[in-house]
Amino acid sequence: MSTSHLLLGLLAAGNRHGYELKRAHDSRLPRARPLAFGQVYATLNRLARDGLVAAIGQEREAGPDRTAYALTARGRQELDQWLATVEPPAPYVASTLFAKVVVALLAADVDTARSYLVAQARAHTDRLRELTTVKTAPSVTLDDVVAADYAIAHLDADLRWLRTTLERVADWHREVRS
Amino acid sequence: MTDLQARGVVKAYGPTPALRGVTLDVAEGEIVAVTGPSGCGKSTLLHCLAGILRPDAGQVTWRGQRIDTWSEAARSKLRRTEFGVLFQFGQLVAELTAAENVALPLLLAGTGRREARTAALGWLERLDVADVADARPGEMSGGQQQRCALARALVTEPRVLFADEPTGALDTLAGEQVLTHLVRLARQQRTSVVLVTHEPRIAGYADREVMLRDGVVDATGLGLDLPIVGGGR
Repeated sequence: MSTSHLLLGLLAAGNRHGYELKRAHDSRLPRARPLAFGQVYATLNRLARDGLVAAIGQEREAGPDRTAYALTARGRQELDQWLATVEPPAPYVASTLFAKVVVALLAADVDTARSYLVAQARAHTDRLRELTTVKTAPSVTLDDVVAADYAIAHLDADLRWLRTTLERVADWHREVRS
Repeated sequence: MTDLQARGVVKAYGPTPALRGVTLDVAEGEIVAVTGPSGCGKSTLLHCLAGILRPDAGQVTWRGQRIDTWSEAARSKLRRTEFGVLFQFGQLVAELTAAENVALPLLLAGTGRREARTAALGWLERLDVADVADARPGEMSGGQQQRCALARALVTEPRVLFADEPTGALDTLAGEQVLTHLVRLARQQRTSVVLVTHEPRIAGYADREVMLRDGVVDATGLGLDLPIVGGGR
């Protein structure tokens, strides 16, 4: 994920200093890993160096330095270009889940592959249930719902694959070993 | 406390077995998803638990009383008072408005017309479909119709709600709105729910998932006891 573009996007809504950017990031992307302060400042420095943002002054209260940043015209251009670019759908089928079943069939046996598929499906089901609880809570925000939806859709897809593969694993094992 | 119990329930349609000895407990206020592939017997189990079908063998118990031996009239009364049922589609009476549809179970139970209408409007409001109270099913979207059907299933404040693929005919967003309402209202009222679905995403709304396979509960939940040789492609 591009932290630079996220910060540019947050600055498009108005000038902000690093601390405010971190808070805005964490509240708009509630299920993402929280952004570290160090990463915010390092990214802002890099964006300033490239002329995509500009420091517009310092506010020094009792606490640490608070440099506010603004999006520059070049930054806006970069952001627009990023938004208009379609992300290529993943060209390779690469997933740890998939790789683990292949390796289990090669290095162990059908039962090992099945045990893994069942245990993984259980873990996915538990997580799916947790996220569904988040999104059905009465006080939930749309930020949380949309973030949970994204994760749920991916877990759901994995679960379908895990269950279908469980049905096919014996046939697959014969093919792998033949 | 266990409210609803199935013990060794067996049911066949002619020579075809649908349930081959299913045991299941549903506690008060618990939301249980019954899942499994097509033809695994999950809808038949729901029908047996709700007293719509009588099992060929085994027992269904509601709050300590065997209901599978009751007459059709007694089971029908139980369904009108203690149980609510929500199917995939087509349950609303086409000639009646949404409010009249929702009021219907109360009118059948002897509630006065005005009181029944007030209660129906309250439920339509809670399900965010008050604006279609005077519309007939043909004038509503699929999601609105299903929310009205849910209001009708809940208007008698049942102790158990049976929902058979309740979002099967809806698009993802409309289905989600129905399920979110269903789960929130069930939790508020401590209504137990038996939710039949074949989708993992829908089962995620439940507290617990029971997977059926060929008419029996799959103990692993995921088919670990499948035969080593075979399996479809």
